Amino acid sequence: MNITATLLAQIVAFVLLIWFVNKYLWGPLTTMMAERQKRIDDGLAAAEKGKHELELAEKGAIEKLVEAKHKAAEIIAQSEKRAGEIVEEAKSNARVEGERLLNAARAEIDQEANRARETLRASVASIAIAGAGKILNKEINESAHADLMNDLAKQI
Amino acid sequence: MASSKTEQSGGSTVEYIQHHLTNWCVGDCDPVTHKAAGFWAFHVDTIAISIVLGLLVVLVAKRVGANLQTGTPSGFQNFVESILDFVSQQVKDTFPGHNPLIAPLALTIFVWVWLMNFMDLIPVDLLPELGKLVGIEYLKVVPTTDLSATMALALVVFALIIFYNFKVKGPVGYLKNFLFHPFGKFFVPVNIVMTAIEEIAKPLSLALRLFGNLFAGELVFLLIALIGGTLATGFIGYVFWWPLQVVLDLGWLIFHLLVITLQAFIFMVLSIVYLGMAHTEDH
Repeated sequence: MNITATLLAQIVAFVLLIWFVNKYLWGPLTTMMAERQKRIDDGLAAAEKGKHELELAEKGAIEKLVEAKHKAAEIIAQSEKRAGEIVEEAKSNARVEGERLLNAARAEIDQEANRARETLRASVASIAIAGAGKILNKEINESAHADLMNDLAKQI
Repeated sequence: MASSKTEQSGGSTVEYIQHHLTNWCVGDCDPVTHKAAGFWAFHVDTIAISIVLGLLVVLVAKRVGANLQTGTPSGFQNFVESILDFVSQQVKDTFPGHNPLIAPLALTIFVWVWLMNFMDLIPVDLLPELGKLVGIEYLKVVPTTDLSATMALALVVFALIIFYNFKVKGPVGYLKNFLFHPFGKFFVPVNIVMTAIEEIAKPLSLALRLFGNLFAGELVFLLIALIGGTLATGFIGYVFWWPLQVVLDLGWLIFHLLVITLQAFIFMVLSIVYLGMAHTEDH
């Protein structure tokens, strides 16, 4: 039970073992564990950031959607308005055109009537003169009685 | 219990225990009792077994240290990591300030002392009997039941305590500690004696506590082994004593598993505490 030179051997072994454990186990393992801790921390932070960004993106998407809806509604309203205008315009154009055509037709009718009247008048004049000539039995000199004939024609 | 078949008297019981408590001695040894006669005797079994256990630590350390998985550690790395975490937590809790040597030192003490203590749980006759087969007459398998081994650990810690006392407090500061502690400047001679005792008590208590616990534990294992050995004579004896031995042995094994862990832990924590005291200026 007394202390022997075994002590010296044990001291050497112990010191060497401490050195070895420090160099090959404690050193690398603690470094690695610190690294892992950092990586986990970073990962959690990144996840948190990602979540936040996702929330922001969702919010943005909703905003965009609402805006788009508003815009679509606006466009529809505008186009409806425009369509109404076009219809109104077409209607008024048609009305104007119709009136114009009506007027033109009326004018033509008037013209035709006048022309017929003129022709009729001329015919009546010549008939009247022919009748008068027969009554008078006398050839009427057209040139000599042109004034008279014209008067007649006017009176008819 | 092969060795006890021929030893049935009280004298051979003592012989059995004596034999188990004798180291494999080389050098300055007594030829009759086979005990160490002077300082220059080497206990080959203590040295060999502790070095083998140390090499086991080295091997495992090298393997784990070389194939570290940063992302998802494998099973064994987890185990090593949890021990390492445990030790570093102890260091953080009890050691003031920062010293990169303390935690690896504590880890080495804990693991190595635990492994040496663990040799106690191997059946007491197994390794000595195997040793006899290859011509080894005496074999004491638990290195921590050799006072030289525990004293070696304690002295390394003691050397570190003195080194850090000098380094942190300076020679003058350390001397002041001897002169004016614990009773102030009017009791200088008393202080010197008290502080010297306090300092010397540190390695002594470390070494003797571990040695005493493990030696006593080994002795109890030997006594339990004797129940089925020398006491069991005849058929009735075997039927009665043998189950008793099994039950007692199992009970003591389970209890001792706690003891060896606790002793390794205490050695580690006290080393940390003593070194922490060396690092602090005032008491």
